[in-house]
Amino acid sequence: MPSVEATPAVRKTALNAVHRQMGAKMVEFNGWDMPVEYPASLGGGIIAEHIAVRTGVGIFDVSHMGDIRLAGPQALAAVQHISMNDASKLAIGQAQYSALLYPEGTFVDDVIVHRLAEDEYLLVINAGTREKDFSWVRDNTCQFDCAVENLSDDFTQIAIQGPKGVNLLQKLTAADLTTVKFYWVTRGRLCGLDNILMGRTGYTAEDGFEIYIPTDEATSARVWNEILAAGKEFGVVPCGLGARNTLRLEGKLPLYGHEISDTINVWEAGLDRFCKMEKAEFVGRAALEKAKAAGVKRTLAGLEMTERGIARDGYKVLDAGGHEIGHVTSGSPAPYLKKNIALAYVPLEFGTVGTAVKVEIRGQGAGAVVVPTPFYKRPKKTA
Amino acid sequence: MSYPADRKYTKEHEWIQVNGNSAAVGITHYAQESLGDIVFVEVPKVGAELTAGKTFGTVESVKAVSDLFAPASGTVTEVNGELATAPEKVNKDAHGSWMVKMTLKHPGELDGLLSSADYEKFVAEEAGH
Repeated sequence: MPSVEATPAVRKTALNAVHRQMGAKMVEFNGWDMPVEYPASLGGGIIAEHIAVRTGVGIFDVSHMGDIRLAGPQALAAVQHISMNDASKLAIGQAQYSALLYPEGTFVDDVIVHRLAEDEYLLVINAGTREKDFSWVRDNTCQFDCAVENLSDDFTQIAIQGPKGVNLLQKLTAADLTTVKFYWVTRGRLCGLDNILMGRTGYTAEDGFEIYIPTDEATSARVWNEILAAGKEFGVVPCGLGARNTLRLEGKLPLYGHEISDTINVWEAGLDRFCKMEKAEFVGRAALEKAKAAGVKRTLAGLEMTERGIARDGYKVLDAGGHEIGHVTSGSPAPYLKKNIALAYVPLEFGTVGTAVKVEIRGQGAGAVVVPTPFYKRPKKTA
Repeated sequence: MSYPADRKYTKEHEWIQVNGNSAAVGITHYAQESLGDIVFVEVPKVGAELTAGKTFGTVESVKAVSDLFAPASGTVTEVNGELATAPEKVNKDAHGSWMVKMTLKHPGELDGLLSSADYEKFVAEEAGH
């Protein structure tokens, strides 16, 4: 008999029972039992949840995300060494999108780096890469006078996303949120809890906040329900991972294992503007310099289907003659744009906007065209 | 949810309703609920030959792609064109949204399908897992 390895238990967030009670459809995602969508009776369904975030407000349980704290006299030097963006530019209370790279210039993970205090940084990392990221950060920062702590199980993280997100959250906190700019954080009293971290960040290509509250079930459920109650007047909808994926895809926000991975480098992924080659040495920099000199061969292109059919993750991308030139990393109907869109790695010469390609769907090539990305950009505030 | 007794069901969650020499085929309420928001229905053209148990089309939701399995063998005589532009009708009324109509090559094949009562039991067990 073949030996059977014990299946690791599926992990649950502190809000798991709440999601089940609400009738959410649950799926396993990166080892976590998570809601994919809520019932229509609660305003849910992927399309309705997606539209709520684009036009009003939606809330997500994103407690599966991990958190790593670096604190100590050399915390900045450590963060600079392990991440590609320039953390020295961060004021206290500011955050930036960045990534941890392998020496090859490919991705360990993408992260949001928050500067919480003079010598304290918080990295928010992906659920599926929690353990890998923590060991990697710990192993690559030993030479610095800086403590590395895995706080992944210390927070229930709730994302309040959409143009009305700020109005909703403001009802529950004394902190003045209007002064918190995009990619800045504040701390304040929230739902009777003191000193709660609230960041104006998210993964929906929309305005919004992410809050970090204690991880016990009673507090987590109470805050979740208070947010839903306070959001009634704004038409708040609970949202699952289904809408989270379509929202991030419309905004061309990368997903680990899809647009970024240990075989894709920064230039290919098109994340140049978050990679600061001019700062001092960081892991991956030398390889990236070489890769740039050698010339980038493939690029992440945005596709829009011009013929009937939906491109899905893994489908082949073909040239006009039917030859395989790449594959779709993420593909889906785009609920707000009402188009079928996809991201795909293709050779550079096929990455120009307007290039006609095909996506192989069940053995047939369906027409698609390279379009400008992001597919969706939130309108600039006029007020 | 109760499943209409005027038709038969497959374990792949299709229904087939016989009316004289013709039969209408669609997917069940349970199937539409599992799929979520349906955005795409693809079925073969009129004249296509279907074989019982074999795939004959595709239904897609925002999140998932699912094959359609023919409940019986026969020839497609009509296609519900409305679903090409309004696939969400399947979510609203799965048992009223036929996808194709077909002639039956071997009407006896239907004896092997589930009654509404058996199908209800079957989905209750599936949902319990």
